[in-house]
Amino acid sequence: MLNPVFSLLKKDVLLELRQQHTLYGILLYIASTVFVLSLSVQELEANVWNGLFWVIQLFVCVNAVAKSFLQESKGKMLYYYSIVSPIQFIIAKIIYNVCLMIGMSLVSLLLYAIFLNNPVSNALQFAGIVVLGGASISLVFTLMSAIAAKANQNAALIAILGFPVILPLLLLLMQLSKAAFNEIFREGALLQLTGLIIGLDLLIVGMAVVLFPYLWKE
Amino acid sequence: MKVNKSWWKIASFLLLVYTIVGGFLMEVPHLPILNETIRNLYFHVAMWFGMMILFMASFAYSIKYLRGFNYRNDIYAKQFAALGSLFGILGYTTGAIWVSVTWLTDQSQSIGSVMKEPKLIGAAIALLIYGAYFVLRGSFTDIDKRARISAVYNIFAFVMLFPSIWIIPRLVGSLHPGAPGSDSGNPALNFKDVDLRLRMVFYPAVIGWTLLGVWIATLKIRLQLMNDKSLLPETPTKK
Repeated sequence: MLNPVFSLLKKDVLLELRQQHTLYGILLYIASTVFVLSLSVQELEANVWNGLFWVIQLFVCVNAVAKSFLQESKGKMLYYYSIVSPIQFIIAKIIYNVCLMIGMSLVSLLLYAIFLNNPVSNALQFAGIVVLGGASISLVFTLMSAIAAKANQNAALIAILGFPVILPLLLLLMQLSKAAFNEIFREGALLQLTGLIIGLDLLIVGMAVVLFPYLWKE
Repeated sequence: MKVNKSWWKIASFLLLVYTIVGGFLMEVPHLPILNETIRNLYFHVAMWFGMMILFMASFAYSIKYLRGFNYRNDIYAKQFAALGSLFGILGYTTGAIWVSVTWLTDQSQSIGSVMKEPKLIGAAIALLIYGAYFVLRGSFTDIDKRARISAVYNIFAFVMLFPSIWIIPRLVGSLHPGAPGSDSGNPALNFKDVDLRLRMVFYPAVIGWTLLGVWIATLKIRLQLMNDKSLLPETPTKK
């Protein structure tokens, strides 16, 4: 069970290292977005800073995760079909995308904090929230990418399908990240929010495992 | 006695006649700000109930489709989703009328703060999800593939919709009843919250509107089943 997942992961990492243009493409995307933002505004208020940060995460994720299924050609999918089970395949994709997105989120946080002002008072806590957020967003978009790949490889469809679904998660994340700006929360509300986000994440993984076998059949 | 199988259509008609006549003429509690607009409860809230029930039907038929790959179930899922969206739009419209004479005028809320209402956001998410569902359906030419992939999206999206409509509005402050602070659970089902005089019309109204929605959906389903007759596997017609 675990061995094929590991092999698939290794394949994705190797592909990423050999075709570095995609990886650098995303990094450049992050850097230029943050740079343009820093040129257009002087000082950002904490709320705006927070909102813009998550919007950037959303678009970075669309760009980073979108190709995970779009790059697989029909022939390659047929080959995977004959050697691994759909559950192994989707788990490998999820793990890979979550790791990729967490990395990208942390890079964008770093650039964001360097180029713009930094209203975060509890940096470690905010980094933790960013890791949780990046993972959550990439989970949703992994499945959306799998769906969109079936619809004639239509990349624009990922945004259309994913945005309404990601909204509740994003609202919760924005709420939660206010904790790092010294906003006072009701007793236990912070734990409740974190629990809700983790619960939603587990739900998404469960749904992906249940539903992906239906997407996979041609 | 033979039970007429269209009894529920007659029931729907009678309940809606009662809703409209009773809703406009019967006694209602007099509350500040709300005044007579409280009668909108029978129309506005009933729309959201109808929408949720129709979306649930669509969700159930999508699951059924994935279990047997019967094209009939895809038609059911699509038409229930379409009718649910229509109810959602009507819910928005009735809500907008209600807002314009209560929150905006008497409570002097700005449009901006009304738009940030968690329930409005939840409803907007629902409509966007089903909008995306129809866009997704439109992007396929292969009927079987369209049915399968859109069923997967429908199931996933409905499950994700659930927290945004039922959990998040309960966690954050809201102008609607049912937010924290108003110490009620689900305001529509809580007996302490809704006056007896309102409930006498409200529950029949919910049932009546929902039945009407199902009725319209079944008509559209029958029409499409006839159009796509050649695509359907031979099934014995139900008696």
